[in-house]
Amino acid sequence: MGFPHKPHERETLVLSKHFGEQEAIGLDGWRKRGGYVALQKALSMTPAEIVAIVKESGLRGRGGAGFPTGVKWSFMKPGDGKPHYLCCNADESEPGTFKDREIMRWTPHSLVEGCAIGAYAIGAEVAYIYIRGEYTEALDKMNAACKEAYAAGILGTNAMGTGKTVHVYVHKGAGAYICGEETALMNSLEGRRGNPRIKPPFPAVAGLFGQPTTINNVETLVAVPHILNNGAEWYKKFGRPDNPKSTGTKLYSVCGNIQRPGNYEVPMGFPFKDFLYDLCGGPLPGRQFKAIIPGGISVPIQTREEAENSPMDYEGFVANGTMLGSGGVIVIDDAQNLVKQIARAARFFAHESCAQCTQCREGTAWTTKILERIVAGDGSHEDLETLLEIGENMTGKTICVLSDSCATPVASGLQKFRGDFEALIKKKKVHMVPAQVA
Amino acid sequence: MSATRNEMGGERAPGDLAHALHETEPHVPVFTGARRAELDELLTRYPTKMAALLPALWIVQEERGWVSSDAMAEVAQVLELTPAYVKGVVSFYTMYHQHPVGRHFIQVCTTSPCNVCGAEDVVNAFLKHTGCEELGVTSGDGKYTVIEVECLGACGFATPVMVNEKFIESVTPETVPALLASLG
Repeated sequence: MGFPHKPHERETLVLSKHFGEQEAIGLDGWRKRGGYVALQKALSMTPAEIVAIVKESGLRGRGGAGFPTGVKWSFMKPGDGKPHYLCCNADESEPGTFKDREIMRWTPHSLVEGCAIGAYAIGAEVAYIYIRGEYTEALDKMNAACKEAYAAGILGTNAMGTGKTVHVYVHKGAGAYICGEETALMNSLEGRRGNPRIKPPFPAVAGLFGQPTTINNVETLVAVPHILNNGAEWYKKFGRPDNPKSTGTKLYSVCGNIQRPGNYEVPMGFPFKDFLYDLCGGPLPGRQFKAIIPGGISVPIQTREEAENSPMDYEGFVANGTMLGSGGVIVIDDAQNLVKQIARAARFFAHESCAQCTQCREGTAWTTKILERIVAGDGSHEDLETLLEIGENMTGKTICVLSDSCATPVASGLQKFRGDFEALIKKKKVHMVPAQVA
Repeated sequence: MSATRNEMGGERAPGDLAHALHETEPHVPVFTGARRAELDELLTRYPTKMAALLPALWIVQEERGWVSSDAMAEVAQVLELTPAYVKGVVSFYTMYHQHPVGRHFIQVCTTSPCNVCGAEDVVNAFLKHTGCEELGVTSGDGKYTVIEVECLGACGFATPVMVNEKFIESVTPETVPALLASLG
């Protein structure tokens, strides 16, 4: 639903059906809504059977990368004698994204159930939900849900009376965007600085505590109970008939200069134009959309025309100059200084860089300084080439993709809105002394 | 701008003398009684003691309002780590305070999605009405510290503000005085 608004008639409510219902937060209310039926079913199946259904459903990671979930799970080999771990990535820090927050606030038991099924499917007895420290309400709700689930015998050493062990623990982060990167998340959980690790080894080989580990996003895991209850065929029906690669429903967080910001759930392939103008109410009075970032601030910026042509799925966004990412839709209208906002995005990445890799530590800082100089009216035409050159050196050269993510809005902004940059440079102030680097 | 001394390694901002005395108070151990029991329960969740480091630091901050060097040494002893290691971890994460902050620690999100909705005006309203005037500085009465923070993950409810553990959505410059009055 378009929380905090009433659901729109064109939404497809699967994951967000119970947002806003106070009763759904507690265990009794959740059971009345069909909670834990899928877990009971899952525990009577073999892990391989669960993995096969999830694979067949076409479910792909909802955190940003879009990796097929069933395939990821199949990398874990149950019975190899090692402890396995499931990490649920609830570090939601991508600017523009706040869907996992609503899932945890309103339906915390759906995530406990998703984690328990996921853990069982990969042969893990322990699942950790890593929640960013700022999400105090989500933390309270998730802690309370776990407590209820333990007290009811759903979790523990005899999960739902099956004799199987499933633990789900909540772990609180402490303020670091980079901990949403899967290997940084594992380091943080182990009690280290949140520096990403070099891959390989991949987490499925040596992850958390050096053991085979799977990391899934909140929205990915909460989709699993629905798939087990209704079947893979049911899940596959949500999508464009001509694109079987994207299936299911997706939650989008909408923010920025738009009439009705909030969370919306639509099937894969939904027309982005209808989404922006119909579901979300279109631009503010007297304004027009200028630029749209559909998948969190790390994905390329779209022009209004590109956005209006996009079907909302992994392939549809790629065909229109961007990526689905996390589904965090940021709308910027014609009343904004777009270059200032790109500079602000760069500052975000400079602040959040873990500083391990030179290209990222230096690149994010210099990108920010140059952009802020342009915004302040001290830019030169040379700066634009320098920005692109720095961006090239920041892409594909570092341990994780934070560096690439900083270069992306700059490169796409320069490619699609170069006039905005040039207009600021033309207004250049006259200086008696050479301009100082900020 | 957003990078303040609070976030950047424990250096106290100039003019922030309100807590100078507090900072030199002798350390009283945190992990005794109920807090020790809480940590012991947490330790059962992980295969290593080190994994309980972030939770242990949260306990310290809940108890004391900040994480002093002496507290880091205590955490190190309890978890069989070195104080230097603990400090290395503390300084990585922006939410642990390495020096005392105002009674109401106010974090205002100004990342792009909130920025296009006018978050900078909200920051200025806080600086004005708290009397802090400067980011990262604690007001003379020790009541407030205001900082800019990167994305709080509530972009649809611009501008979100965190006051200690409390999350407040849709703050505008006009609602700031009433919000401050409600904090007491």
